[in-house]
Amino acid sequence: MSAGDTPVRTILATDCGSTTTKAILIELTDDGYRLRVRGEAPTTVEAPFDDVTVGVINAVTEVAELAGRTLVDENGRIIMPAQGDAGVDMYLSTSSAGGGLQMLVAGVVRSMTAESAERAALGAGAIVMDVLSSNDKRKPHEQISRIRHLRPDMILLSGGVDGGTTSHVAELAELIAAADPRPRLGASYRLPVVFAGNKDAADAVGQALSSKSELSVVDNLRPTLDEENLGPARDQVHELFMEHVMAQAPGYDKLKSWTSAPVMPTPGAVGEIIQTIAREKKLSVMGVDIGGATTDVFSVFQGAFNRTVSANLGMSYSISNVLASTGLENVLRWVPFDIDESELRNRIKNKMVRPTTIPSRLRDLQVEQAIAREALRLSLVQHKNFATELKGVRQARDISEAFTQKGSGHSLVDMMALDLLVGSGGVLSHAPRRVQAALMLIDSFEPTGLTRLAVDSIFMMPQLGVLATVHAEAATQVFERDCLVPLGTCVAPVGSTRGGAPLASVTLDLPGGQQVFSIERGSLQRIELPTGARAHCRIEPARKVDIGAGPGAALDTELEGGEVGILLDGRGRPLEIPDSPSERVAAIERWSSNLDLYPSTPD
Amino acid sequence: MGHAYTPGLKVSAAAEFVRARILPIHGEVLVKQGDQVEPETVVARALLPGNVVTQHLSKELGMAASDVAEMMLVKAGDEVSRDQPVARSKGIFGMMKQTVVAPTTGVLESVSAVSGQAIYREEPIPVEVKAYISGVVSEVTEDLGVAVSARGTMVQGIFGIGPEVSGQVVVLVDDPTRPVTVSDISPEHKGKVLLGGSLADLATMRRAIEVDAAALIIGGIDATDLKTLLGYDLGVAITGTETIGLTIVVTEGFGQLDMSARTHKLLSSAAGAVASVSGATQIRAGVMRPEILIPQDVEAVEETAVDTGLLAVDSSIRIIRDPHFGALGKVVDLPPELQPLETEASVRILTVTLPDGQRVTLPRANVELVDESL
Repeated sequence: MSAGDTPVRTILATDCGSTTTKAILIELTDDGYRLRVRGEAPTTVEAPFDDVTVGVINAVTEVAELAGRTLVDENGRIIMPAQGDAGVDMYLSTSSAGGGLQMLVAGVVRSMTAESAERAALGAGAIVMDVLSSNDKRKPHEQISRIRHLRPDMILLSGGVDGGTTSHVAELAELIAAADPRPRLGASYRLPVVFAGNKDAADAVGQALSSKSELSVVDNLRPTLDEENLGPARDQVHELFMEHVMAQAPGYDKLKSWTSAPVMPTPGAVGEIIQTIAREKKLSVMGVDIGGATTDVFSVFQGAFNRTVSANLGMSYSISNVLASTGLENVLRWVPFDIDESELRNRIKNKMVRPTTIPSRLRDLQVEQAIAREALRLSLVQHKNFATELKGVRQARDISEAFTQKGSGHSLVDMMALDLLVGSGGVLSHAPRRVQAALMLIDSFEPTGLTRLAVDSIFMMPQLGVLATVHAEAATQVFERDCLVPLGTCVAPVGSTRGGAPLASVTLDLPGGQQVFSIERGSLQRIELPTGARAHCRIEPARKVDIGAGPGAALDTELEGGEVGILLDGRGRPLEIPDSPSERVAAIERWSSNLDLYPSTPD
Repeated sequence: MGHAYTPGLKVSAAAEFVRARILPIHGEVLVKQGDQVEPETVVARALLPGNVVTQHLSKELGMAASDVAEMMLVKAGDEVSRDQPVARSKGIFGMMKQTVVAPTTGVLESVSAVSGQAIYREEPIPVEVKAYISGVVSEVTEDLGVAVSARGTMVQGIFGIGPEVSGQVVVLVDDPTRPVTVSDISPEHKGKVLLGGSLADLATMRRAIEVDAAALIIGGIDATDLKTLLGYDLGVAITGTETIGLTIVVTEGFGQLDMSARTHKLLSSAAGAVASVSGATQIRAGVMRPEILIPQDVEAVEETAVDTGLLAVDSSIRIIRDPHFGALGKVVDLPPELQPLETEASVRILTVTLPDGQRVTLPRANVELVDESL
């Protein structure tokens, strides 16, 4: 069903997560599409229910009670289309229950077709378990035993530009066939394999794999070295996800028959809404969702969408892995007090084994937010390394580029070009003060120039993402008005000055009159500017300092307010944190105090 | 009276436990329903397909992949031995013939005319599944495995490492608040399941490995010691495959923590009995906790607080996060309203009395049920 001539007045959308099913009800009002209410209930894919729709109906029933509208009929089905005050015009759903979509991808060259295949799988919302390639330095028998061991839900095989190698592609297909991989869910169905490689190799791949898997062939995802065509592979992955993978999960056949559009994997849907916003508003956008087990980063720069999943960087199940990955020192640099190393390690391991506990003391909260900064920072590093221009592209170089010896595959992530950074996940969305979320985002992502910051209030990006595929207008309106909580704007100059001279001067037309602020090196200031307010500003940076218009160039623009307001960040990029423990603690305390970051510590 | 649902660890003297013993692929089940089995009884067996070895015949013969088939001395499906000639080129005028030999012993599975690659399958690999616990085969799944059932003492730990083992229970310390030391462990503890108190340090755990003990049950261990013992920092709690030579079950958490008196008493009373112990822990969807199972004669299975998951006034709880981490208490109030914490977060809370009479208010998320008979 699409948004046809008859206006869609009520929309119901659910996200079936691994533990909770969340439902939202959207209504068309005089003010456009708005979120009416939300509800949630435990997900029911496991015994004793073994039926995902039980949790869906429970969550929808809560929504119905809160909205005072009948949504479920006497047979336990969602009423659609709407009849008067009952039912909805559209019902949509996403799902990550049962571990989401777990994929293995393969391509001939690791940095070219295999990387494009990985991008397609991640973009479709998958967890990529491994990337096989002809040059990944593993011996064939090692690759085969890896395929066997993994038991993915689906395999995406690429390789060869059109007209390029066929033998390497055939070899990969033969390895997969020899491994005879079994799907993770259900012993009775054959493993779906999508081939999106050199069209000339399709016959050879068919010969190797058609008798051992559910093989489908789509357009090459890398038809030439200079071009990526991820759409057909991504669409096929979505289709197979519903047809084969989710069909094995209990109750999904029923759920599929209820929805107005195909059920999407949750992260794939989040990617959709980020892309829709970037496209409709012509913005460079990044989104980060920090969960208990993983952290997802999404970005749209120069119109190119990328998603990465940092498996095992999270705030509960994986919290210990954040410490293992970054090292104790990197966590401690954000903590404004001394803490015994052994005690900190025990504390983090105790959170790992009892992941649902919450910090009740301020110092515990500060430690968790320190760990969150590192999880976010590491996820961004991974994302920057992955979100690149295509590698292997032939480039014409001018004389200056010949001297810099820049190869292909630069990161697309340009923090100076970033317009909007959206944070999501418990530690950000539920931070007791919004300014804590803002500073966690700034400290970890280090945005430069002018960047708007926001958090997803109740994590409804998945539902809005699937809605964006059928009704972009409704999705965008609800995203802007009800989903995002604007935090404000970060102003962060890049470059340095001599002799302690200020980095920039900022003249702001605030509601109370014009004020001039100086961004001193090492300083962090907060200026109140409420949500919905905009302030004209002129920023005049020092000679070698850049605020987005080039070194030393002044900028006239408007800054958007939010629950935090305007943050003037003179701490440098990369962030300059003093090495000496006493100076570091003093600096953190000064910044915290300027921002009113935490309540005063009890004695 | 308010109530809520909260998790806890099962600690019961009269539990029923059923453990599925399933092969990774179809095979042969060696026992039948009603059979009495012991931990070491092999209940099912299968042959995993052998390892695959590839060989680039077209490269080795120096010819196009499409021509390789003509050069083959064996065909797909044939058994071959290592170093047996499998292909020979025609050479030039019958001279300089190139012979390629099999890289392994097994079956030639295929030769590709596109890639020029041969695939050999080595001998199948036998896999056996043991009963793990002493009990009765209560269910047979044809060609796949069985369920073994028993009744007796069941204790779940919070975290563990190491595979399934079994052995006689030996009590190392009578006091659950006392740490175990190196001198508590001696060579006679080989193959035994050792019951400790509040802590085992690195040297003590290494001593248990040295004497070849089967398992160590302990209130707490230090996270730094665990890192040294394993040789890496455990990032995610998915365990059970460690091969350090000892299975460890931690009953309370990381740091020095008194073992719950009930747990210690229950396991002490089973001294001399054979316990089956698994360190496997998985803390994500489908939570798996380490366990100690001691089959015994039990007339009636008891229902315990953890079975209901019901947290109410008078429930016994354990505090599972600072402040008061590890303390036991009784619930005195469960107000339904959200209340602000020191952090300014508003959450659901509860009030408990500690053994010294102190009343403390905590987030509900920071307690777990202590198991007791109902």
